[in-house]
Amino acid sequence: MVKRTVLFILIFSFLAVLPLFMPRFYVYLISIILLTGLLATSLNLAIGYCGIYQFHHAIFYGLGAYGSTLMITKTNVSPFIAFIVGPIVALLFSLLIGLICLRLTKLYFGMLQISLGSLIWAIVYRWYSFTGGDDGIHGIPVPEVFANIKGSYYFTLIIVSISIFILYRIVNSPFGKTIQGIRDNPIRTVSIGVNIDVHKLVVLMIAGFFGGVSGMLFVVVDNAVFPDMMFWTHSLEILIMTLLGGMYTFWGPFIGAVIIVSLRTYLGSVTQYWPMILGIILIFVIIFLPQGIYGLIEDFIKGNAHNARS
Amino acid sequence: MNSSSILTQLIVGLSRTMILFIVSSGMSLILGVLRIPNVAHGSFYMIGAFLSYTITSFLGEGSYSFWLGITLAPIIVGLIGFFLERGFFSYLYEREHLMLLLLTFGFASILGDLVKLTWGAEYRTMNTPAFLQGSADFFGLPIPNYNLFLLLIGPVIAIILWFIFNKTKFGKIARAAAVDKEMVSAVGINVNLIFSLTFVFGCLLAGLGGALIAPIVNISLGMDHSLIMEVFLIVIIGGLGNIWGALLGSLIFGITQSFGILIWPQFGIIFPYLAVVIVLLIRPRGLLSSTW
Repeated sequence: MVKRTVLFILIFSFLAVLPLFMPRFYVYLISIILLTGLLATSLNLAIGYCGIYQFHHAIFYGLGAYGSTLMITKTNVSPFIAFIVGPIVALLFSLLIGLICLRLTKLYFGMLQISLGSLIWAIVYRWYSFTGGDDGIHGIPVPEVFANIKGSYYFTLIIVSISIFILYRIVNSPFGKTIQGIRDNPIRTVSIGVNIDVHKLVVLMIAGFFGGVSGMLFVVVDNAVFPDMMFWTHSLEILIMTLLGGMYTFWGPFIGAVIIVSLRTYLGSVTQYWPMILGIILIFVIIFLPQGIYGLIEDFIKGNAHNARS
Repeated sequence: MNSSSILTQLIVGLSRTMILFIVSSGMSLILGVLRIPNVAHGSFYMIGAFLSYTITSFLGEGSYSFWLGITLAPIIVGLIGFFLERGFFSYLYEREHLMLLLLTFGFASILGDLVKLTWGAEYRTMNTPAFLQGSADFFGLPIPNYNLFLLLIGPVIAIILWFIFNKTKFGKIARAAAVDKEMVSAVGINVNLIFSLTFVFGCLLAGLGGALIAPIVNISLGMDHSLIMEVFLIVIIGGLGNIWGALLGSLIFGITQSFGILIWPQFGIIFPYLAVVIVLLIRPRGLLSSTW
C-alpha cells in the first residue's frame, strides 16, 4: 500500500511538472487523455464492477458538457458554478434514465438506454436555437485562468485526480464489494438482503456524475461542445477503451483511454483509415486478450509473485 | 396539413417501412437464431447499395441491369457474410453479448473503411430504372412508381420469409435451433451449417435492402451508422427474432418518421425514438413474442 501511494505521488508530480517543458499541443493532448481516462473509469464502475450494460455512457459526457456550456452562454452565473451544474445535470439524467431502464436487464437494458440516449441526442442535434444544433457551440467564454492551456491542464489534472481517488475509494468500500456481488451472483445478493435496484441506481448515478465531470472538463480544455460527443459510436469507443485496458480492473480503462486517444491522435494525422485500425485492434483484443492489457499485466505480476513464493 | 400531403407522407413512410423491414428481418433472423447482435449488418446494407450502383452503372441502361443489380449485390454480400461467419463468428458464439456487439462493431469499422478504399469518399447517385420512372396517379396525387414498386416488394419478401421459415425443412430446423441448439444437434443435424446458412440469409436481406434503396438516396459512407441503430431498435420493439415483430417495428418506425417530419419538421427525427421509448415502457420485451 505504501509502495502504491509513493508510485501515485510520483506519477502525479511527473504530470504536474510536465507542462513546464512540453509544447502546447502535448499539454492539450494529455489533458484530453486525462479526462477521457476519467470517462472510461466511470463507465467501468457500471459495466465492469456492477455488470450493468451501460451502452450509452457518452450521453452523460455530453450532458455534462452541454449543461456547463449552456449555463455559461445562456445565464450570467459564474462559470465555476456552471462547471458544477454540468455534472449535476448528468447526475439527474442518469437518475431519470436509470429509473426507466432498470426494469430491464442485460441487452434489453442497453437497448432501452440507447433509444433514450438517441432521443436526447436527436433533440440536441436539432435544437439550433438552444444547443447550436449539429454545429455545436464553439469558442465558449471560459474564465481567464483557462485561456492558457496550462491553466486548464492543471485544473483537469486536479479534478481528474480527485475523481479517480473517489472512484477508487468507492470500488474498495463495502459498497464496491456489494456491487461486485450483484454482478457475479444477483440472486444470492438479493437473498442476503441487498436491495439490488437501489444499488444499481446509485452506481448509475455515480457513473453518470463522473461522466458529466469528464464532459465539463472537455469544455474547459477545448472550449467547444458538439452533438457527436453523445452519438452512440462515441459510447462504443469508450467501451472499447474499457475493454482494451481491462474491464474488471480499476486502472485498466484508464490505460485503455491513454492508448486509444494517443493512437487516434497519432494515426489520425498520418492516415484516414483510423477506424479500420481500431477495428483490427478491437477484434484482436476480443479474440486473444479478453482480460485486457492491464489484466494481462496483473496476471503476469501475480504469476511471478506466485512462482517466487513457491 | 391537408389530406393530399398526409397521403403522400403515408406512401413515403410505407416505402421506408419496406426497406427497414427487409433489413431488420435479416437482423432479426441473425439475432434470433445465432444470438449475435450484429452491428456489421448496417455495413452489409451499405455494401449492397454500393455494389448495386457499380453493377448497374457497369451494365448501363436497361431494365435487366437493374434486376441484375438487385440480385447480384445481395448474393455478393451474402458471400462476404459467409466468409466472416466461417472465419470469425463461428468460433465466438458462446461469448457474452457485449463482446459480440463490440466484435461486430470492429468488423463494421473495417468494412466501412474497405468501402471507402474501394469506392472513395464521395457520394454516388443512380437513376431509377426506366420502367419504374415517372409516377402513377393515385386519387389525384402523383406517387413515384418506384415507391409503389417498394410497396409491392416488401410484402413479397414477407411472404417468402414466412414460407421459408414455416414450410421448408431448413426453416423449421433453424427455428428449432433458435430455441434449443443442443437438442437439435443431438438428433443429428449439423447445427453449424444451419447457423452459417441463416447468417448468410440475414446478410442477403441486408444487401437486398441496400440495393433496393440505392436509386432513391445518396449512396454515401455513413449510411450504415444512421441505419443500424434504427434497425436495432426495430428488432427490439418487435420482439427479438420475430419476423412479424420486425414488420410491426418497421411500420412504427417508418410511419412515425414520415409523419413526424410532416407535423414538426425541426424535430421530426425524435418521433421514432419517442415511439420506441413508449413501446418499451409498456412492453419491455417487445410487442410480439420473442424467440429468446
